[in-house]
Amino acid sequence: MGEAIVITSGKGGVGKTTTTANLGTALALLGNNVCLIDTDIGLRNLDVVMGLENRIIYDIIDVTQNRCNARQALVRDKRFDCLHLLPAAQTSDKTALTPEAMIEIIQDLKPDYDYILIDCPAGIEQGYKNAVAGADKAIVVTTPEKSSVRDADRIIGLLEQEDIDPPTLVINRIRNHMVNNGDMLEIDEIIQILSIDLIGIVADDDEVIKASNHGEPVAFQPKTKASIAYRNIARRILGESIPLQTLDEKITFLGKMKKMLGMK
Amino acid sequence: MAVKRGVTIKGTRDGLSLYMDDTYSYKELLSELEEVLSAQHILEEDPLIRVTIELGNRYLTSKQQDEIRQIFEKHNKLVIDKIQSNLIEKKTALEWKEQTDIKMYHRMVRSGQVLHVEGDLFLIGDVNPGGKVMASGNVFVLGSLKGIAHAGCSGNKQAVIAASYMAPSQLRIADIISRPPDSDEEGMYMECGFLDESYEKIRMERVTALSKVRPELNGFERRVMNG
Repeated sequence: MGEAIVITSGKGGVGKTTTTANLGTALALLGNNVCLIDTDIGLRNLDVVMGLENRIIYDIIDVTQNRCNARQALVRDKRFDCLHLLPAAQTSDKTALTPEAMIEIIQDLKPDYDYILIDCPAGIEQGYKNAVAGADKAIVVTTPEKSSVRDADRIIGLLEQEDIDPPTLVINRIRNHMVNNGDMLEIDEIIQILSIDLIGIVADDDEVIKASNHGEPVAFQPKTKASIAYRNIARRILGESIPLQTLDEKITFLGKMKKMLGMK
Repeated sequence: MAVKRGVTIKGTRDGLSLYMDDTYSYKELLSELEEVLSAQHILEEDPLIRVTIELGNRYLTSKQQDEIRQIFEKHNKLVIDKIQSNLIEKKTALEWKEQTDIKMYHRMVRSGQVLHVEGDLFLIGDVNPGGKVMASGNVFVLGSLKGIAHAGCSGNKQAVIAASYMAPSQLRIADIISRPPDSDEEGMYMECGFLDESYEKIRMERVTALSKVRPELNGFERRVMNG
């Protein structure tokens, strides 16, 4: 029996979809059966980030309106056989989905998967309620900005009223030099405000955008900072205890030389 | 004078005290009161006399109190100052208890959440930015107060707000609102806010100042005793 994890943030643009795609990829890399569900009806893009847009035949609304069953709507990932996506509908809106229908779909899929990751739309209305309905756990994504921490706080408050485990936190898009200059909130400060467990930090990395434009989650790459960060989070979800990444760029002698020579 | 003594009058410093024996029936007392009052010979040139009515262990409904007031109105020179009784209604007592109770909460008040209590609020946990705590009495926060705190929200101007770490986005006491100056980003440890003597501005002090400005905070049954 699998575990359904909703990935949410309240605020838009903090990286819910990127996190969902990358955690899904990382969990699949580690050999788990993973299903991703996009609940952002009307503004779907998990399929785009995964590079699966042109393979969609049915979507989640087709499932709830009985035009097909959940398994028919699933899109298999082009890289992993054990990674599937249940895409959102692009033509309906968020009211087309109900929490009851979500619970039904997730209960239906759970036996086949180790992890079901639910990509939640921004906001705290219907779309959020749908996404949270069937979840057992929640991951809250925030960035080191006041506005997104504020919204994360709001979402955590709402999640506490749901019948799920206490949420865990991913701090996304950390720009280390800004944190060091005091222009960005520090990790400790965010944890102190939100007072929930941290499950991972992800540095702001150009590779993430590059990769998602290629329809290939960054977690697939072996060496970039962000991909290591996502794989670490995946391993923490599996229960391993892994220390947090250090974000400081080590200035090595070779690095200095390269910089001076214009090689970096 | 009648032989029975259900109603006795005594002179005190503040005027007259009129004792109504609580072993007598209400009807008996009323008729006796009429008698006693008409028997009093008060001269026209005497000043107004204030009367305190002592009911002892008797409870009078507001209708009954009005009846007594009406009797007094017939005698121009006597004015009822107050009607005192050892008893209060259960409902009133519960209201008092509600108003003076300290409500203890152990939780976080997050953005968008409102914690509203009757009486004093004692919160163990933080009030995050965007969160709000309200109490008809005082607000004590054992944690960081970064949101909005409203003490005395039903009009009590004596109410205070105290927090282990005070960095609120707004403080409200009764109908007075204040916010920290825009330049002030850092909070303060162990601070409290209360209304100054004119009750027009919220003043911030170390919590130790509270014992001077609001000494009544020390007694638990403080407001019950004050009625």
